[in-house]
Amino acid sequence: MSEILQEKSAKQEKPIKKRSFIDWRYLWYQLTGSPLTMVGLVVILLILILVIFAPIFATHDPNTIDLRARLASPSADHFFGTDEVGRDIYSRILFGGRLSIAVGFGVVIVAGFIGTLIGALSGLIGGWFDTITMRIMDVVLSVPSLVLIMALAAALGPSLVNAAFAIAIVRIPYYVRLSRGQALLVREMPYVAAAQTFKASRWHILRWHVIPNILSPIVVQATLDLGNTILLAAALSFIGLGAQQPTAEWGAMVATGRNYILDQWWYSGFPGFAILLTATAFNIFGDGIRDILDPKQNAH
Amino acid sequence: MPIDMSDKTILKIEDLHLNFPIYQGAVHAINGVSLYVDEGEIVGIVGESGSAKSVTAMAALRLLPKGSFRLTNGNITMLGHDILKISEAEMNSLRGNQVAMIFQEPQTALNPTKTIGKQMFKVIQLHTGKKRKEARNLALCLLQDMRINDAEEILQRYPFELSGGMRQRILIGLAFACSPRLLVADEPTTALDVTVQRQVLQLMRAKARKTSTAILFISHDLALVSQFCDRIYVMYAGSIVEEGPTKLVLSAPAHPYTQALVRALPESSTKGQRLESIPGTVPKLTIKQEACSFRERCDHAHDLCVKIPSLVMSGVKTQKAACWLLEKVR
Amino acid sequence: MSFLNVIRKRLVFLVFVMFGVTLITFTISNLIPGDPARLIAGDRATAEIVEKIRNDLGLDRPLYEQYGKYIVGVAQGDLGTSIRTRRPVLEDLKIFFPATLELAIVALMLAIAMGIPLGVASAVWKNKPIDHLVRIISVIGISTPAFWLGLLLIVFFYGKLGIFPGGGRIDQNIAMPQHVTGFLLIDSLIARDFTAFKSVVGHLILPAFTLGFVHLGVVARQVRSAMLEELKQDYIRTARANGVSEFSIVFTEALPNAMIPSITVLGLAVGDLLYGAVLTETVFAWPGMGAYVVSSIQALDFPAVMGFTVVVSLAYVMVNLAVDLIYMMVDPRIRGIS
Repeated sequence: MSEILQEKSAKQEKPIKKRSFIDWRYLWYQLTGSPLTMVGLVVILLILILVIFAPIFATHDPNTIDLRARLASPSADHFFGTDEVGRDIYSRILFGGRLSIAVGFGVVIVAGFIGTLIGALSGLIGGWFDTITMRIMDVVLSVPSLVLIMALAAALGPSLVNAAFAIAIVRIPYYVRLSRGQALLVREMPYVAAAQTFKASRWHILRWHVIPNILSPIVVQATLDLGNTILLAAALSFIGLGAQQPTAEWGAMVATGRNYILDQWWYSGFPGFAILLTATAFNIFGDGIRDILDPKQNAH
Repeated sequence: MPIDMSDKTILKIEDLHLNFPIYQGAVHAINGVSLYVDEGEIVGIVGESGSAKSVTAMAALRLLPKGSFRLTNGNITMLGHDILKISEAEMNSLRGNQVAMIFQEPQTALNPTKTIGKQMFKVIQLHTGKKRKEARNLALCLLQDMRINDAEEILQRYPFELSGGMRQRILIGLAFACSPRLLVADEPTTALDVTVQRQVLQLMRAKARKTSTAILFISHDLALVSQFCDRIYVMYAGSIVEEGPTKLVLSAPAHPYTQALVRALPESSTKGQRLESIPGTVPKLTIKQEACSFRERCDHAHDLCVKIPSLVMSGVKTQKAACWLLEKVR
Repeated sequence: MSFLNVIRKRLVFLVFVMFGVTLITFTISNLIPGDPARLIAGDRATAEIVEKIRNDLGLDRPLYEQYGKYIVGVAQGDLGTSIRTRRPVLEDLKIFFPATLELAIVALMLAIAMGIPLGVASAVWKNKPIDHLVRIISVIGISTPAFWLGLLLIVFFYGKLGIFPGGGRIDQNIAMPQHVTGFLLIDSLIARDFTAFKSVVGHLILPAFTLGFVHLGVVARQVRSAMLEELKQDYIRTARANGVSEFSIVFTEALPNAMIPSITVLGLAVGDLLYGAVLTETVFAWPGMGAYVVSSIQALDFPAVMGFTVVVSLAYVMVNLAVDLIYMMVDPRIRGIS
């Protein structure tokens, strides 16, 4: 008996391969089988490169005013034309993308982190804590989210940061619901029961059993949310509750361009297309990831 | 390979090879299956789960989802039709009409939002062109043959309001709607209570004898198959390892796997003795088999077993088995 | 009996939601940096006048008292007075609500009429070219900034081609049909004023398409995934084994069942359309609640914003109630259990 035990412990001495929550090779195989998802990924990467290295790719300074070149149409010098004070729209779109994408990631990370934590705790603890949390979430969810976001953004004062903050607050309940549902499922699993018989602490169970197992639906939701958030932030800027002039931001640019829309369609046209392209790429990619990570959705 | 070529053959499968492409390769589900069903006989396919007995039946009725599988070799002939060639419309006029199939899970096999009557009338009208009233009369007859007393009322019920046994009887009744030449029954009683099992099987057999319908009965339960079938095929890991009349196969099994199966039957062990089981598990089907698939679990394995054996006469009448031991004996 | 249970449950939830919604909006409106009394009085008003207004509006009372007063008002149908228009908020909303509803309903019908066939085709030919096409259209739909699409449509169909008007509900030089329902499509037909009807239809097309296109994606995706779910059920296999044709399997077996879970999504879409109209209305100068609430927010007119939120939340809960009831009517399983 003791020999067997020794042998076992000897085996455990071997370095255990670092545990990875995601099988990357499998993911890659699935991705290659889904050209659409690949396209989404490639477009996202391209956008990220263009935006991160905006100073390299930009042809002009986004804020330099050139009144001689006001409202110029697209040309070799100004790819997407110029705005009402002669700023280069192409360069402004590149720099504006930094804001839009930063808002997207910021909101998703904040809302996702807080929401997942609350939801997982709520599902794990249960009882009155769960009841109260979920009632609050129900109420927030029953209010039309765009209106709530608008009201919050207006109350906080119009700025892009406040708009992002408003969106993040309103998105939290979605993550709470999702992660709570998953936590409830995980809680019933035999391995959690097994951990409980070893008197594992709640934190241990949360960290090692619940969070890893609910991660993939959260990642899917977050990816899909990125596109949504970028759209929302742009919409808020469009109605004047987000980024303010003269900041280069896509929604704000569409809004200003609106005054010249019938003659200079490119002014609103290109920034709006940038929003569409970015949101589409994130949504296509998110859909693909969902199909891969959530086998329930995969009909044979 | 000598297969009964008489006109009485309703279903004939010849050397069927089929696999399912998956991540990094394929599952080689069916590896050279040949079988036939003659008019009016009851034929069993036995094998543990994963032996591809259901897949074989589904392939014969072309019910496998399109694009999910690759058929690399073989022929399927049913009532003179080349199943692998005929059009979808021709296939549909066979299915439910001359060939019917019932499945393991009666819980989910009926449309949950339609009444039993609506579902039965639809199929009856589809194949017989009967008026609704005639269809209704036929449906009532079918249900009564399945010993459902309050048939009138059952027609107005939804599936979720009925028990599993009741639903399976309805499905069997419906399968006989057009007096088919062949009924494929895929584990029809596995999901039912043991007490209901026997009753349902007896009803099915009685009805089949009445309409001279042949049955291809698929089960993992050798005891059940032995009571029910005229002839059986024993499947293991996608191939047939033994075939023959039920009595012969049970009394003098030739293949080591069948022998082990028979020994594992509760009846064959004496009281107080441990029930026998077969050590090991079914081989992985993701690798194409080059050797006898039972080799790893076989007590008699020897050097010849690295090659796939073919079905040969085991000495008695029409009984055949795929094992190198038999070759050696000869 | 079970119908009553569902209604009772929803109504209890409604009261709950109303408390929550008013509490949230009330809190938000007290976060604003501006002073409503000062806003109403205007820049040049003296301190005494501002003080008097504050007193009149009860703004000098403790917050809980103000909230209590507001709640009592809401329960009696009094949503307060708009700071911007100086009219009762409910009266304002009554004027603007039909325009929004008309736009939302037409947009929803467009989205459904196009979304269901696309979703079905996509599911039936999964992973075939048509599926890819539908998925791309749907994704573009949900990724399109409605305000931008509206602008482009205006540029093309109004600016370049001149076939559709650029905004509003009806030509300025055509008299509004007599107010009966508030829906101009219906009112103009009642009045047998076909010139007006034509104008109304022309004005509806671009905004309804803008709003509908965004939801087309939502509908098509939902129908697609519900259809895929149904198509892999066992009863579909039974139908196939019984020789039912593929056409019949799709349209008489799978689609009706797939529509059951889709009802929820369509119900939510009604709510989404109501407030999604906010952006579309801004672009098309559509005189609806959306345009009203945007102006109110920009003017920090919080009684109006709160009123709007309360009304739309109410509509939301009501739509959910309707969805529950429809659910029970079409799904015998739910009927049977309760």
